[in-house]
Amino acid sequence: MLGKTAGGLFWMFRYLERAENTARMIDAGLRISLTRSSAAESEWTSILSSTGLRGAYEANYGRSYDGPRIIDFLLRDPSNPGSILAGIEAARENARLVRTALTREVWEAVNECYMVLKKVLANPIEDRDLPRVLQVVRQRSAFVRGASHGTMVRNDMYNFSRIGTFFERADNTARILDQKYYILLPSVRLVGSASDNVQWETILRATSATRAYQTLHEGENDPKAIAQFLMLDGRLPRSLKFCYGKIAENLGYIEQEYGERSTSHALVDSICARFRAHDMNAIFDYGLHEFIADFLRDSAALGRQIEIDYRFIE
Amino acid sequence: MAKKPDYFDEMYGRGSTPRAPFEDYAKWFDGENNARLLEKSAEAEALFRLIGVTFNVYGDPDAAERLIPFDLVPRIIAAREWAKVSKGIEQRVRALNAFLHDIYHRQEIVRAGRLPAEMLARNDAFLPEMIGVTPPGDIYTHIVGTDLVRTDDNEFYVLEDNARTPSGVSYMLENRETMLHMFPELFSKIKVQPVSQYPQSLRRSLMACAPNACSGRPTLAVLTPGIHNSAYYEHAFLADQMSAELVEGHDLRVVDGRVAMRTTRGYKPIDVLYRRVDDDFLDPLTFNPDSMLGVPGIMDVYRAGGITIANAPGTGIADDKAIYSYMPDIVEFYTGEKAILNNVPTHRCSDPEALKYVLDNLADLVVKEVHGSGGYGMLVGPAASKKEIAAFRIKLEANPGNYIAQPTLALSTVPILTDAGLAPRHVDLRPFVLVSPQGIEITPGGLTRVALSEGSLVVNSSQGGGTKDTWVLEE
Repeated sequence: MLGKTAGGLFWMFRYLERAENTARMIDAGLRISLTRSSAAESEWTSILSSTGLRGAYEANYGRSYDGPRIIDFLLRDPSNPGSILAGIEAARENARLVRTALTREVWEAVNECYMVLKKVLANPIEDRDLPRVLQVVRQRSAFVRGASHGTMVRNDMYNFSRIGTFFERADNTARILDQKYYILLPSVRLVGSASDNVQWETILRATSATRAYQTLHEGENDPKAIAQFLMLDGRLPRSLKFCYGKIAENLGYIEQEYGERSTSHALVDSICARFRAHDMNAIFDYGLHEFIADFLRDSAALGRQIEIDYRFIE
Repeated sequence: MAKKPDYFDEMYGRGSTPRAPFEDYAKWFDGENNARLLEKSAEAEALFRLIGVTFNVYGDPDAAERLIPFDLVPRIIAAREWAKVSKGIEQRVRALNAFLHDIYHRQEIVRAGRLPAEMLARNDAFLPEMIGVTPPGDIYTHIVGTDLVRTDDNEFYVLEDNARTPSGVSYMLENRETMLHMFPELFSKIKVQPVSQYPQSLRRSLMACAPNACSGRPTLAVLTPGIHNSAYYEHAFLADQMSAELVEGHDLRVVDGRVAMRTTRGYKPIDVLYRRVDDDFLDPLTFNPDSMLGVPGIMDVYRAGGITIANAPGTGIADDKAIYSYMPDIVEFYTGEKAILNNVPTHRCSDPEALKYVLDNLADLVVKEVHGSGGYGMLVGPAASKKEIAAFRIKLEANPGNYIAQPTLALSTVPILTDAGLAPRHVDLRPFVLVSPQGIEITPGGLTRVALSEGSLVVNSSQGGGTKDTWVLEE
């Protein structure tokens, strides 16, 4: 397989995952602004930070954090290269680049995703249409994932697609935690305060983990348990541990297929070891914020290393 | 149906009853409802969009991807008609390859006085870098698209021999897939020769031309200028169908005397490169130094037998307009037979007698620049005003050697589906020809391009032309 193709698959699935995650965050932000308007502004700025787009937003609109404007910015604003629409376009452009590596089903799913969203996001979205539009984003992205799961041969092409998906997903969960870590700290715990409950809910909502958490924890909102769930619970498909398990697994298949280990394997192993070796108490002792910052740094290094090891670019 | 008696219609001839090849189709069509067919037409369009059978329009970001309109009335050719056409094409393509070998070696045709030496010497499409080079298998034009027009029951003319990088074959294939998908019942009633074997034939044909340096199974790649090229869909489609890698210039470099592609596991040599990049851009060290689309040093590897390039560099000389007028001689010189297919009679204005004839008959002729393309700098006499003709006369008299002239042909029509039912429109045909040391293979039919506006003779997709599925019937 061409290095360019591996890179194209990796990025195609990263962009799709990112668009889907941004849709989840908008959904969570919308929820908070509907239920607690006083908290809305700080929630929107935190979402802008989580998506890494706060700088781009402020460059365009200054420091006025107006909900509808931020929603439009995240969804479709042409001045925002990180908008959902731009992400879908980038995913589809990568899909065209790697067209020969995709099955017809996967190509059609991503092409249709693009055609539908281009139409849906051609104009600003009215409030009443927003939940439906966000659902379309999540659903269309899931269709592509489903088509690839159901039709792609399990070889290096599939592995690079999966690595892209989980790399982006873990990055997203970590960025949300990075923004919200302070409300999960035991030291500042104000058990049961309405404010914290809403904040905790937002985190769970933004990672589509609300129902799963409640089922597994019998509805008891506990910051430590939430942090543990999103970071170390191998059952949750958006937890850091789960995503890194998948990245390690797919890199492992590539190792088997190619018959050689690369530096990426060592990096991913060291990240995975961290999730095995520590429980939440140890992480709180070390410092939750520091732990997440370390993770983001090491995961960025892994991303660069994969690009080098598998010759995405010259 | 309104008839234009001055054109030959392939469905109705010059009368009002269907010609034999269209009989069964006409029967089926009469039982159909126009509204249903128009719905099918919209369905086909949605399908093309989903599959992504689009072409890019340069400099128009809002409409970056367009569909070539597809008309769902097939063009039907009888087996007997096709047999003659394909025999003629085969003869012509064999002559083209012999001609290319000759002009890059001993130039016997010039020595024999059948082609003036200046036709080569003063021609940009003649590549001195190819002199003395014999491509693997001695094949120059692995893929040819011979553009044909029909003027009557038995009259076919070759308009152009596309010997560089003919495009459009993906439309031929997708058009058939779409018709099979939409009208399966037609194909059980009417026996149509298949075209779907083309990608495998192309693969086989290219693999048979592997270079000496190749050991084992040849590695095949398709070289594209990239996703912004107007024919990118086709490049990806063919690579996919042939299980070949789709590469761009920046994926390639010369490693140990071979052209190699950057894979996830390092550089891997390519044996056969089906390039969809023009000669000029192929190698910045040999040709256009600013090219980012090619591979520096590929020509050296090529000359040393390290890679097969299809089509070979320098084949453009064979589809040059100036050379075109010599094609009947070229066919005869290399095959010893009279050309089966007609050339459009071409007056070379460099010849004083021809010039006089052209000047006397400007209002009836099409006059073209020898090296022009895309319809620029040409005069279409019957459609031009007196003033335009007078202005052109001055240009022609000033530099007659730069022009050729041809009669305007009465192109045949085939009906298309309109809101008001069937209506005749002018068509041409591009059959696709594969050449390998094992022989010449012509896919039955080809790509029919159709001018969608009434009376128009311009079938080019860049100017609003559409396409049709082309059926060659079984014996």
